[in-house]
Amino acid sequence: MLDFAYLSLVGVYSAMAVYTLAFLAFTWDLATRSAKKPVPVMAGGGREAEAPAAPSTWGPFQRIGLTLSVFAWIIHLLATIGRGIAGNRVPWANMFEFGLTYTLLIVAVFLGTLFWKDLGYLGAYITGFVLLALGVVTVNFYVDVVPLPPALQSGWLVIHVFVASTATAFFALGAALSVLQLVRARYEANLMAKARIMNTLPGSSVMESLAYRLNVVGFVLWSFTLIAGAIWAERAWGRYWGWDVKEVWTFIIWVLFAGYIHARATRGWRGSRAAWLGIIGFGAVLFNYTVVNIAFTGLHSYSGL
Amino acid sequence: MEPLRPSDYDDGAPERPIQQPTLGWVGFGRFMWRQLTSMRTALVLLLLLALASIPGSLVPQRSSDPNGVVQFRRDDQELFEILDALQLFDTFTSVWFSAIYLLLFISLVGCILPRTSHHLKALTSPPPDTPSRLERFEHYRKETAEGDPAELLETARETLASLGYRVKVEGTSVSGERGYLRETANLVFHFALVGILVGLALGTGFKYQGQRVLVEGQTFTNQLTSYDSFNPGRFFSDSSLEPYSLTLNSFTPTYQFDLTSGFANPLDFVADITLRDAEGARDLELRVNEPIDYAGTSVYLLGNGFAPWITVYSPSGDVVFSQPVAFLPQDSNLTSLGVVKIPDGLPTQLGMIGFFYPSAVALETGALTSVYPEPDQPVLTLNVFQGDLGLDEGIPRNVYSLDTDALTQVTGGDTGVDSLVMGLGERAEIPGGLGSVEFTELRRFVSVDVHRDPTQLPVAISAVFIMAGLIMTLFVTRRRAWIKITPGKKSQATLEFAVLARGEDPGLQSGLDDVVEAFSQSTKSRLSS
Repeated sequence: MLDFAYLSLVGVYSAMAVYTLAFLAFTWDLATRSAKKPVPVMAGGGREAEAPAAPSTWGPFQRIGLTLSVFAWIIHLLATIGRGIAGNRVPWANMFEFGLTYTLLIVAVFLGTLFWKDLGYLGAYITGFVLLALGVVTVNFYVDVVPLPPALQSGWLVIHVFVASTATAFFALGAALSVLQLVRARYEANLMAKARIMNTLPGSSVMESLAYRLNVVGFVLWSFTLIAGAIWAERAWGRYWGWDVKEVWTFIIWVLFAGYIHARATRGWRGSRAAWLGIIGFGAVLFNYTVVNIAFTGLHSYSGL
Repeated sequence: MEPLRPSDYDDGAPERPIQQPTLGWVGFGRFMWRQLTSMRTALVLLLLLALASIPGSLVPQRSSDPNGVVQFRRDDQELFEILDALQLFDTFTSVWFSAIYLLLFISLVGCILPRTSHHLKALTSPPPDTPSRLERFEHYRKETAEGDPAELLETARETLASLGYRVKVEGTSVSGERGYLRETANLVFHFALVGILVGLALGTGFKYQGQRVLVEGQTFTNQLTSYDSFNPGRFFSDSSLEPYSLTLNSFTPTYQFDLTSGFANPLDFVADITLRDAEGARDLELRVNEPIDYAGTSVYLLGNGFAPWITVYSPSGDVVFSQPVAFLPQDSNLTSLGVVKIPDGLPTQLGMIGFFYPSAVALETGALTSVYPEPDQPVLTLNVFQGDLGLDEGIPRNVYSLDTDALTQVTGGDTGVDSLVMGLGERAEIPGGLGSVEFTELRRFVSVDVHRDPTQLPVAISAVFIMAGLIMTLFVTRRRAWIKITPGKKSQATLEFAVLARGEDPGLQSGLDDVVEAFSQSTKSRLSS
């Protein structure tokens, strides 16, 4: 019989190799961008100004980066499916598998948003982040395929964890845009006039609006994660909410993003301060996935480490 | 009508002039109330709530990890007392945490109540008048069309109405507004949050939660004295306990041995249960993730282990103790720890602390360990202590622990006498002629939780409203649209279209296009710019 777990791992390493190439191409594109003429859309920088959807202004290296990303993503997808076949279940039952899946979803959401808006300038960040995450999960979090313990044998594993991963993907993109928005706002305030690369990016208010729309989708998915988790907790542990460490951090993240949405509608907070909250929120998501799973003891001890 | 918002609400529009309240007592009160219900206060309270939750994950909580709290106290008594004074072991019921969320909810209610009454008025009011100069709007289109102005006006009204706008005809123009659902859903979301909080608060009053260790063959009756531990809400009374009983017929775990890691992975835990009530008996299977729901209560399978049947004989051979004793699992191969207390029938009171190994293997040091969670080589070891067990002082004692401070050790440890070691069915003499112990039989136990929380359904309904409200308030857009018709020469008329966003509205331009497109469809004539 085919050793799917082994094939899956080979697939992960192959995907990482191609992501590396994509990352290099995207980075090269960024490095040579400032030589190009600015995208006209930034000139207004107005609230309603939108980044164009069609990647008509894409440079050759950006196109190469995109092609390689799609190729890497397909290998990544096959590797994740292979892992699922090896375990005869969904491939997100421990930290390694969860890492595989949410990085897959980050790239999927990124590639999907390209049909909607030109977010090609995030390519280096996305491929770099996914490469780093895949490296950490394969080197530090890898575990052999083991059958699901009785506590995880539930349909909610499929729904709850998958939606949480998807939310993570949206928050990752939102945070990237918030970072760029902050940098771009500094540029617009003439605090970093020499960074001509900034000229090739959309205005800060455009990125702010895009970040908000991605984060809002993430927030809806996160709310669902929280509620689905509560329903599962009631079935598995006999209470829907018990302030287990993972529940605490899920709550903290929810409140942070609720704060972000309110901040965006609060005088004096709209713009940069709200962006910081979004970034902190995504930081909390990463903390929840890494430190809380590994260092804290609680009921969600399914890392397999 | 605009949705009502706190004074510091920012929808991206230019800042409005600040209203200075006149400060008398009433004015001051109004000023403070406005502060409390402002966006900024709500935001700060939200961030404080997130911040205040963090200690709840760093310090073990009495509610979720009581053993962790005990351990913390043992490790660092001094720090424990400081943190305990700050209520950090009960973060989520502490004064400071409660203060934050109560203020937040007061702020919330103070914000949404006036908004609700305002929105109810808006729902029954017609859209606002058409502005005199539509060309000043950013999203504006001017067209000309053939036709009778009155007919065109009617078409304009139908167009906006068919696109979901609430319309008002006013002279030669139609004014429309849509997306009232955005504010409705926003209010529903926030009211549902209040619903959750109320549900949680009532839940702590009316729910109960009991634990019981049930050995194979034992029957548990749902009454207060049957529980090993019981946490009732404030309004609990004995009559809240539904009369039924559960018998554990057998418990069957399934393991898979992993050759590469050497570990046994649990695949399934099934407890074979007979439930008896006034109507008769039913056989049920209780599994992890699949509680038994009966008469408003739920019965959960939360743990399992071995319960060796231990028989203790007096020196003269009389049976002074004979029952299964639940041993608590200490590792994944079910090396288990248990305590036996014999207060009567022997020359002195005896206490025993023992280990049970389902598949015992001797290590090089001579110590035993279990290598598999199934009873392939069951061995029971006991350290015997004699002296006053302290059971006659009327203080409740934990049956799973033995305070050995006041006792004299008879076997094991530093006594130089080997611990009692027994295989299944074997009997060992207690040194000093104190009697003998027999490992008579091996049974399994399960620990079950019985819960009843009548507020679970209202909380679940609130959660549904939260999701529905959230999705609709974030993705429905509030928008105004106007169509103005100016009769021109002959049968030509000038048409002006304009749309205006009320809040977040990324699709505004296509909203304008939709209006023009729908209008041109229904006039069946091409508009010419």
